[in-house]
Amino acid sequence: MLSQILFSLFLLAGSYFFASKVREISRNIKLGRDLQINDRPADRWKVMARVALGQSKMTSRPVAAFFHLLIYVGFVIINIEVMEIIIDGIFGTHRILSFMGGFYDFLIASFEILAVGVLLACVVFLSRRNLLKLKRFWMREMTSWPRTDANLILITEIFLMSAFLIMNATDSILQSRGADHYVLAGAFPVSSLLVPLFNEMSNDGLMALERFCWWFHIIGILAFLNYVPYSKHFHILLAFPNTWYSKLEPKGSFTNMESVTNEVKMMMDPSIVPPPVAPGASPPRFGAKDVKDLSWKQLMDAYSCTECGRCTSVCPANITGKLLSPRKIMMDTRDRLEELGNGINKNGPDYEDGKSLLNDYITPEELWACTSCNACVEACPVLIDPLSIIIDMRRFMVMEQSAAPAELNGMFTKIENNGAPWQFSPADRMNWTES
Amino acid sequence: MDNFKVRTMADMMAAGEKPDILFWVGCAGSFDDRAKKVTKAVARILHHAGISFAVLGTEESCTGDPAKRAGNEFLFQMQAMNNIMVLNGYEVTKIVTACPHCFNTLKNEYPQLGGHYEVIHHSQLLQDLLDTGKIKVEGGTFKGKKITFHDPCYLGRANDVYEAPRRVIMRLDSLMVEMKRSKSNGLCCGAGGAQMFKEPEPGNKDINMERTEEALALTPDAIAVACPFCMTMLSDGVKLHNKETEVKVKDIAELIAEAIDL
Repeated sequence: MLSQILFSLFLLAGSYFFASKVREISRNIKLGRDLQINDRPADRWKVMARVALGQSKMTSRPVAAFFHLLIYVGFVIINIEVMEIIIDGIFGTHRILSFMGGFYDFLIASFEILAVGVLLACVVFLSRRNLLKLKRFWMREMTSWPRTDANLILITEIFLMSAFLIMNATDSILQSRGADHYVLAGAFPVSSLLVPLFNEMSNDGLMALERFCWWFHIIGILAFLNYVPYSKHFHILLAFPNTWYSKLEPKGSFTNMESVTNEVKMMMDPSIVPPPVAPGASPPRFGAKDVKDLSWKQLMDAYSCTECGRCTSVCPANITGKLLSPRKIMMDTRDRLEELGNGINKNGPDYEDGKSLLNDYITPEELWACTSCNACVEACPVLIDPLSIIIDMRRFMVMEQSAAPAELNGMFTKIENNGAPWQFSPADRMNWTES
Repeated sequence: MDNFKVRTMADMMAAGEKPDILFWVGCAGSFDDRAKKVTKAVARILHHAGISFAVLGTEESCTGDPAKRAGNEFLFQMQAMNNIMVLNGYEVTKIVTACPHCFNTLKNEYPQLGGHYEVIHHSQLLQDLLDTGKIKVEGGTFKGKKITFHDPCYLGRANDVYEAPRRVIMRLDSLMVEMKRSKSNGLCCGAGGAQMFKEPEPGNKDINMERTEEALALTPDAIAVACPFCMTMLSDGVKLHNKETEVKVKDIAELIAEAIDL
């Protein structure tokens, strides 16, 4: 009974803290500009099914895709096992789902095979990061925390899977000895290989080890659950909404700024009456200086990023040694949003710290190096759009600060005066027909 | 031009006529000496295929693409609204252009401002003309020659047009070789996003050199392009490697025009 109460308390506390952090992240995302995204729902479900559920974007790197798939399927399926553990924990039962008989055997066997798959994948991923030192995991923006975060995730998963397999091995021995409480259930194709390690132990010793692994497994899962929202690993949840809300228009289609459309229309036709402005309201900023100027979708992008670096490794600017890294744009956006969110937690919703995403995190040099080629957008496995943030920040620099590089200002002037970005007279537009 | 006159929309309207398609030449196509050759090739092909077309001539103005990518939404929308006024004034319904930047802007960004047209890139037009037999290519200069194609970002990734230019090149009976970074994985020439108009940020090398080296590694006879910006960037890259006599940088329209002796 004591263990049931203890378990329920752990479960409640774990769920409560997780829910609070998720609420906080949701509030942070809503600090962004409002944006309506609900058109073409059928297409949106299809994109989500294909990209998030079906992992279609992962396949461009087959080795990573295979091992990632092991972890992904393992994670999804193992939740059935977690459900059983939770019911057993609350009601003091043991292997409550075993009434399913042959199907239960099949389930347990597949969990075990997947657990080994996950273990293997984590070992491969750890070696790839730390022994092979794959370039994209050791770039400038991959400072100590992003690297530690990745390693913590992988090591935790290894421990959790090991505990699961040892739990099954000891359980199966206790079952075969007909120990009280240990019903005969499950098939153990993997953990049976571990049986010789524990076969010499007494029933009491086995029970202690089985219970230890059981508790370690579930408390580990609850702790991991609470670690996830603080980590890049949050992509496991946000990948789904993020793909649902992703851009359906062609990648070359940039957002139309309606606030600008109104102003341009008024400039071209003075008879148009400007829309009324609420007294005391400051005009909206053109483009983005800080995270609040970005849309909530762009902020959700930042929380969906798992820092895999596929965007940066295909970025032509980054490949040729320039400062721009699309991954860093996403990491900076998240870091800045977290900083602002923490300030709001402490000081209330109107908190301002005088800092901004532009300059304090992202430099103009990074932003001006972008060729808007969309390689980063194409590469992202969860349909993050770093380019839209880059363009919004350029818009702020150009339209609010008049801070474009001098050559670009020259280009603007030529378009205004001659209708071409080069210094040619519009009268010469037909010259090509003559020579 | 040599044996025919390129007509403007204004000419046509004055004569009470309407062309089937507007040829949007673009700033590079109008003013850049190298790109002008591509413009002529497109016009010759259109004429040869018997398509009724016209240009805007002096009434054409920058679509605003470089302004928009650089963040100057005001300038972009001024350009767009003025161009839309001209296009709608002539009741234009179909546009072809040899510039992927104009193509993308006209196709994807003008509708929100009231400009609704069927916009195609010249690679799509060429493919259609070849598929329907309106132009016929038999080998020609490029028969058996090794050609690689550089995907323009604003045609490929931005609008998912990958096959049309390749189908056109295949018609030359040439040996098509792909670079490792091609199609959706293609590498930018370095000129998009208004980079054409400024010096690159400091780095280890320029993007067009990286791309040219990748193309030259295949030892092609020609690098085919389908964008005036890519043309400039890759021609510069080939020149800097002193390979301009061995490796030609050609637009797909030039390849077809040469193959049918236009």
